[in-house]
Amino acid sequence: MPTLEKSQLMSATEIDRTLQRLAHEIIERRGGTVNLALIGIRRRGVPLAQRIARAMRPIDGVDVPVGTIDITLYRDDLSTVAPQPVLHSSEIPFNVDDKDLILVDDVLYTGRTIRAAMNGLFDLGRPRRVQLCVLIDRGHRELPIEAAFIGRKVQTSDTEIIEVRLNEVDQEERVMLVERTP
Amino acid sequence: MHERFNDLLSIEPLQAAEIAFLLDQSVPFLEIQRHPLKKLATLRGKTVGLAFFESSTRTRISFTTAASRLGADVMQLQAESSSLKKGESLLDTVRTLDAMKPDCIVMRHASSGAPEFVASRLDIPVINAGDGAHEHPTQGLLDALTIRERLGRLEGWNVTIIGDILHSRVARSNIHLLTKFGCRITLCGPAMWLPRELENLAGERASIRRVANVEEALSGADIVMVLRVQQERLHEPALSLDDYILLYQLTPERLRLARPEALVLHPGPMIRGLEIDPVVADGSQSCVLEQVTNGLAVRMAILFELIGRGPDANPEKDSSHVAS
Repeated sequence: MPTLEKSQLMSATEIDRTLQRLAHEIIERRGGTVNLALIGIRRRGVPLAQRIARAMRPIDGVDVPVGTIDITLYRDDLSTVAPQPVLHSSEIPFNVDDKDLILVDDVLYTGRTIRAAMNGLFDLGRPRRVQLCVLIDRGHRELPIEAAFIGRKVQTSDTEIIEVRLNEVDQEERVMLVERTP
Repeated sequence: MHERFNDLLSIEPLQAAEIAFLLDQSVPFLEIQRHPLKKLATLRGKTVGLAFFESSTRTRISFTTAASRLGADVMQLQAESSSLKKGESLLDTVRTLDAMKPDCIVMRHASSGAPEFVASRLDIPVINAGDGAHEHPTQGLLDALTIRERLGRLEGWNVTIIGDILHSRVARSNIHLLTKFGCRITLCGPAMWLPRELENLAGERASIRRVANVEEALSGADIVMVLRVQQERLHEPALSLDDYILLYQLTPERLRLARPEALVLHPGPMIRGLEIDPVVADGSQSCVLEQVTNGLAVRMAILFELIGRGPDANPEKDSSHVAS
């Protein structure tokens, strides 16, 4: 699919500052990190969750547990995805029962990824509360899902794509607005 | 990006990278077995047809459970209760099953090559769940997963297989699979079950040797695979049951000749006191129950790989054989 880079939405510094702010916001609104755990959604939600947890350490002095979830098996569009997806293990090294969980992802769009992640989570137990934290909210929801913690809201059209590129995955660090060209 | 699999008929034509991919895909399903809630909706609305023309308990229950854990429905055809007994041909039987529109057929048959024949006539994927003395590919994969999970890798081990190699599809699938990863295979058993041709089974580069003496065969083994002995194949004067036990049973003393911590695998059903001593069967080196759990994960991965995608993603097979 041919694409055209339209503009940069965030630089490396802006990503870092946004994650710092999100870490503060989460702690402030909850009044601490007691009972809290973060779940990064593969792939780019994983480094984001790890970075938010790292940013929380100097604020609250504790290590917030971080898990990862692979949503492939819970997708509702597998039959229309062209290439056969590669599976990864979800790694959640703690009991989710009665935990306050925050799902972390890079971009919130239709909400279907989050729906899939919640299905996966509920197979593991019964968390007390599940909230959502995203770096970018680009609108166009197809399900009644909203994020409690948002790095930045961006108005987009259907033909536009938000590309979050992170050092851990992409060996570069920025958020781009890309246009799909016919 | 890997080649897509249209069927799973045998290990022999697969490349090491394809096998490694299938094993990688199995690992997340191992994790699912540890969940309190093990049922996924991934294959919801899909149907897996089971056509077992030969009796099977474990493989059938494993495929049934794998399908249901993925949310698929299962349609079962059993030889005992089917019209095969009334003289219907294999092809007519599977075509009838196919007309009920399953998304794939898992098939076991006493004749080598039967699943391949059926696959060439049907448009949907066919999974070989054991055909004659040919192959049992999901058993080969689950044994490989067991080795990889226990020892961290598949490459370069000394593997000793003891028993009725001649009639064993499990042995054949394992020999093909493990030699692709550079394992050295030692086959051991009564001479009547150990024909010379076995040494050439997997091509010239594969290291396969036959050893008559079980102590010699076990010396230095990293992995010991014990095969089930079908008692009806043992008879005087060639070899009695007692002779077999005396000469080939895997006992704790014999296992000590292998490397320390060598793995013991058995495809089941296991007959304690015949091919394996109960102490070995229950010992810490035994992987028997892990094999069963791993079998479920491997079969979930295979079903996901073959039918966990849209029909348009499978153009090659869809366009061929339509008229046949």
